[in-house]
Amino acid sequence: MASGMQEKQYTPSLLSFFIYNPTFGPREGEEEKKILFYHPSDVEKNEKIRNVGLCEAIVQFTRTFCPTKPAKSLHTQKNRQFFFEPEENFWMVMVVRNPMIEKPNKDGKPPTVEYQEEEMLLPSCLLQCYSMYKLFNGTFSRAMQAGGVELLMQKLEKFFYRYLQTLHLQSCDLLDVFGGISFFPLDKMTYLKIQSFVNRVEESLSLIKYTAFLYNDQLIWSGLEQDDMRILYKYLTTSLFPRHSEPELAGRDSPMRPEVAGNLLHYGRFLTGPTNLKDPEAKFRFPKIFVSAEDGYEELHLIVYKVHSLLCFLIASVELTREFCEQLDSLVGPQLTLLASDICEQFTINRRISGPEKEPQFKFIYFNHMNLAEKSTIHMRKTASVCLTSVHPDLMKILGDINCDFARVDEDEEIIVKAMTDYWVVGKKSDQRELYVILNQKNANLIEVNEEVKRLCATQFNNIFFLD
Amino acid sequence: MAEEHYLELSENPVQFEHASSVNNVFFDEANKQVFAVRSGGATGVVVKGPDDKSSVAFRMDDKGEVKCIKFSIGNKILAVQRTSKSVDFINFIPDYPHTEFSQECKTKNANILGFCWTNWNEVVFITDQGIEFYQVFPDKRSLKLLKSQSINVNWYQYCPETAVILLSTTVQGNILQPFAFRNGTMSKMSKFEIELPVVPKPAKLSLSERDIAMATIYGQLYVMYLKHHSRTANSPSAEVVLYHLSREGSCKKSHVLKLNTTGKFALNIVDNLVVVHHQSSQTSLIFDIKLKEPDCALNIHQPVLPARSIHPYRIPLSGPAAVPSQPPVPCQLYSSSWSVFQPDIIISASEGYLWYLQVKLPPTVNLLQDKGKLMDFLLRRRECKMVILSVCAQILEVGEKGSLPVVATVFDKLNQVYKDYLEAEQSYTQAMESGPSRGSAAQKRPVRTQAVIDQSDMYTHVLSSFTERKGVSHKFIIAVLMEYIRSLNQFQITVQHYLYELVIKTLVQHNLFYMLHQFLQYHVLSDSKPLACLLLSLESTYPPAHQLSLDMLKRLSTANDEIIEVLLSKQQVLGALRFIRSVGGHDNASARKFLDAAQQTGDQMLFYTVFRSFQQRNQRLRGSPAFNPDPA
Repeated sequence: MASGMQEKQYTPSLLSFFIYNPTFGPREGEEEKKILFYHPSDVEKNEKIRNVGLCEAIVQFTRTFCPTKPAKSLHTQKNRQFFFEPEENFWMVMVVRNPMIEKPNKDGKPPTVEYQEEEMLLPSCLLQCYSMYKLFNGTFSRAMQAGGVELLMQKLEKFFYRYLQTLHLQSCDLLDVFGGISFFPLDKMTYLKIQSFVNRVEESLSLIKYTAFLYNDQLIWSGLEQDDMRILYKYLTTSLFPRHSEPELAGRDSPMRPEVAGNLLHYGRFLTGPTNLKDPEAKFRFPKIFVSAEDGYEELHLIVYKVHSLLCFLIASVELTREFCEQLDSLVGPQLTLLASDICEQFTINRRISGPEKEPQFKFIYFNHMNLAEKSTIHMRKTASVCLTSVHPDLMKILGDINCDFARVDEDEEIIVKAMTDYWVVGKKSDQRELYVILNQKNANLIEVNEEVKRLCATQFNNIFFLD
Repeated sequence: MAEEHYLELSENPVQFEHASSVNNVFFDEANKQVFAVRSGGATGVVVKGPDDKSSVAFRMDDKGEVKCIKFSIGNKILAVQRTSKSVDFINFIPDYPHTEFSQECKTKNANILGFCWTNWNEVVFITDQGIEFYQVFPDKRSLKLLKSQSINVNWYQYCPETAVILLSTTVQGNILQPFAFRNGTMSKMSKFEIELPVVPKPAKLSLSERDIAMATIYGQLYVMYLKHHSRTANSPSAEVVLYHLSREGSCKKSHVLKLNTTGKFALNIVDNLVVVHHQSSQTSLIFDIKLKEPDCALNIHQPVLPARSIHPYRIPLSGPAAVPSQPPVPCQLYSSSWSVFQPDIIISASEGYLWYLQVKLPPTVNLLQDKGKLMDFLLRRRECKMVILSVCAQILEVGEKGSLPVVATVFDKLNQVYKDYLEAEQSYTQAMESGPSRGSAAQKRPVRTQAVIDQSDMYTHVLSSFTERKGVSHKFIIAVLMEYIRSLNQFQITVQHYLYELVIKTLVQHNLFYMLHQFLQYHVLSDSKPLACLLLSLESTYPPAHQLSLDMLKRLSTANDEIIEVLLSKQQVLGALRFIRSVGGHDNASARKFLDAAQQTGDQMLFYTVFRSFQQRNQRLRGSPAFNPDPA
C-alpha cells in the first residue's frame, strides 16, 4: 500500500441533484408526487422523500427570519446544499460533498478525513443549470401548461440526465461565477460593416429574427437580449464549438472545399442543421431555443453558420425548409467570407501590435457586470471538461474568496492579499467592474504592489473609468 | 398619371415680332440676341436679348437686304452683312462717330459665308476660300487684318463660349478644321474627319451643317455629329457621335449616343445633358455622357430615360390683344418652323418666341427605376438638391423588402460628393492659411453645388421625419440610421452629434438598451460631452448608462470637472476626491463643494475624512490648515 501512505485529495463532487414542487403533494402519503427529478435516480424512494422533505423544512424554517430572501445554502461539515427557486414553488437543490483530504493512519486504522471549508463558487452553477434548461425547453410552467407534470418530468429527465454528466464541479472557477462574455476587439468601420450585413440579412430573410456574430469564440454582435446571449454564449463556447472544432482539427489534411454560389467562392457551412446542403437526404432540423420576448418567451430555431473562425448565428421563428437554407447559404456565405477576411486581417494586425503570443505581462481577470464583458489572461483555454489556467489552484481559490467578499457589499473596494510563495493577489471593485490581478514579485511590499496595479490599469484599462 | 414630361420650355420666353415679308428675324448665338429687322432697318431694328439690358431698338438706313446682323460683345459695335463681299459696321459706343464703315473681304473672288465676333473689337470673316481675322478700330472707323488662312470652306459653325470656329472642308465636307481665337490670336487646331455612313461616288458634299453642332458638356468642348441611318451601311437607327475637341492634341471620337429610331432630329444641351428632339414622334431623349453603361466598353450610351415630349406649352396672350376670358393657346411643339440653337435655345420665328429648354427633375424620379443610376444622374444636375432629398425620403417610405442595399448605395453616392467637397474646402483653407502661394494662381474657393448634401440636409429633410413616422418598423429605422453612419464613416466624415442623438432616441424608445450598449462599446457612437450627458440622463431607465457615460467622459480627458460632478451627485465623495488627486486637480479644488457633498451623506466620519484631507492640502500649500475665505 505504497500509495496509501500519501495524503489523498478529493475535489468537490456532486452527491445529489433534485427538483421538486411542494404544492404537488401537500398531503401525507403523497410526498413522492412532489419530486420531479432526482439524481442519482437509483436512490431508494424513502430516502428521496426524506431529503426533499428536509430541504423543504429548511427553506420554510429560514423563511420566518427573512421572508423576502429565503435560504440559499446550508453548510455542514461534510457537504453543502444549495437551494434555488427559479420559478414559483419550483425548487432546485444541489448537494455537493466538500473537498476533503484523506490522511492515512498507521496500523490499519481507517484514514482521517479532513473536510475543507473554503468558499465554493457553486450557487451560480445552479442558476446556470436552470438557464440552460430554459434555453432549450422553456420554463417549467410552460411544460406544465403544455403537458402537465408528466411532460415536465420527461423533459427534466431528458435534459438533466445528460447535462449533469457534463457538470465539472472541480473546475468551476471565477469565470463560471461571472458567466461573462468575451468580446472581440474590432475597429468601428468593420463593426459598422457587420451591422450593415446583419441588417441586410434580417431584411431580406424575414424569417430571421435575431442575429449574432462571433469571431474566434468571441462575441462581436448580439441581437438577442443580454441574458439570453449570456447563456447561449455559454452553450456555444462550452458545448457546440468544442464538439465541432475537434473533427475539424483532425481532418486537417483534407481541406474544406469552397462552395460556389453564383460566381462567388465562399466557405460557409452550417454547424446546426444540414451538414451538406447537396445531400438529398439532408435533414433540416435545427435546435429549438427559447428566448425572452416582449410577452414571455418565444420559441425559435437556432441556425449556426460558420466561415473560418467567423460565425454568425441566426435565429428564425418557424420550421425551416431546404429552400430557405439554400437561400441563406447563397446570401450569407459570400458576404460572410468577405467579412471574415476583413476581420481576420484586423485580428492579425492586433496581434502584431500586442506582440507575439508570450506569457502576458500581467495575470488578471476582468469582469464588467454591466455588459458581462470578461477578459482573462489567466485562462489559456477553457472547455467544458478542462480548464487550463496558468496559476496554482490555491490562488484561484483566493480569487473566489475575494469575489465572495465583493458580493457582500455594494461599495467600491479593494482587497490585497499576500499569498504563499511570493504571490500577491489584488482584487479591485469599481462601480460594476471587478478586476483581479495576480502578481509574482519577490520581496515586494504593499506600496509596490499597489503601484504595479495602477500601472496595469493605466495600460490595459485606459479607456474606461476605473477609480484608483 | 404622374407627371412624366421631364423637359419644358422656359416660362418667360423672349418675345419678338414674328418673321414676315417686311420683318426679317436673325439670331446671334454669341449674345443670344434676336434681331427683328423691319424693311432693311429703315423702319426699325428691335434687338431682344435674354435680359432687358441687352435689348436695344434703333433705326438704320436701308442699304439692301440684310443677310446677317450681330453685335460685338457688350453691344459695342454692330456688324451687318448685306452683300457677299463686304460687312458694314456701325459704332454703338457713345461719343464715337456713328456713320457706317465697311470692310471687304481680302480674298479676291471670295464670297463671305458669314462672320463671328470673338471679342468686343475682333471679328472673323468666313469666306468660301478661307477665314480672315480682323481687329476693328471704331474711333478710326477702320479694320486691320490680324491673320488669315486660305482653305476651301463649305460651311462653318461657331461656338461662342469657347470662341472656336469649325470649318467644313474638302469636297465631301467631312474634314473639319477647327480654329480657336483668344485675345487677338488665332490658332489652328488639328483637323479631323467625320466618318460618313456612306461614301458617295462621285464625291459630293455629304456632311450637312445641320448635322453638326458644337457645345461644351461638363466643361469640355464636343463636336456632335448626327449620324443618320442608312440603308446601305449596316446601321439600323440613327446615332449621335461625339468628338471630344481638346485645345491641345487631337480630336477623338469619344461617345456614341444610340437614338434607336430614325427620322429628323435636333440637338440641344441642357444642364450638361444632350437632348435629342425627334420630330416625327414629337418626343425628346436625353443622354448623360457621364453615366456609364455597365456592359458597353466604348462609351456607347442609351437614353437615360424613355422618350417623352416636351411639357405642353400654352402661349399666354398678352398685350392689348389679350382678352381675359380667352384661354391661352396651346403651342404646337416640335413644329417645323422651330429652329434649335446651342446650347439650349429653341426659336419659333413664325410665332415670335425664343425659349430656353429646361430639364425638370421631379418627373425623372419615377421614370428611372434603378435608384443608384438615378442618383448618379441627379447628382450631376444643377437644381438637384430637393429632388435628391425627396428620392431619399421616397426610398425610405416604401421600405420594401431588399431596399437596404439600395439605401446603402444611395448614401454612398451622396457622401462621395459630400466628401469631395469637404476635401476641396479643406485644402482651400490650408492653402489660404499658408499664405498666397507663389507661381500657381490663387486657388479658387470650391463651389458648393446643390449636389453637396450634408448631414444637416439629410437630418432635416429625410431622417428626422422618417424616424417619427408611424408604421415603420424600428428595425428598419435603426438599420437606415446605421447605414448612414456607416457610409459617413466609410468616407471619413465626422458624424454630427444630432445623428447619434437620433439613433439613441430611437433605441431608447424601443427599449433596445442592449443594442445601444453594444454600439457604445464599439465606439460606433463617437465620444463627446453632449453624448455623455445624454447617457447620464438615461440612467434612471437604464442604469448601465451611468458607467458608459463616465467611461466616455474619462476618454474625452477634457471632462474631469464633469466626472467630479457626477461622482459627487452620486455621493461618491471619496471616489471624487481620489479621482481629482489622480488627475492633479486637488490643489485648486473647491473644498466647499466636496464638504457639502460629504455633509449631505450624513456620514460624519466621511465628512471628517474629507475635511482632514483638505486641511492637509492647505498645510502643504500655504503652511497652515486654515481655509481661505470663500471669495463668493
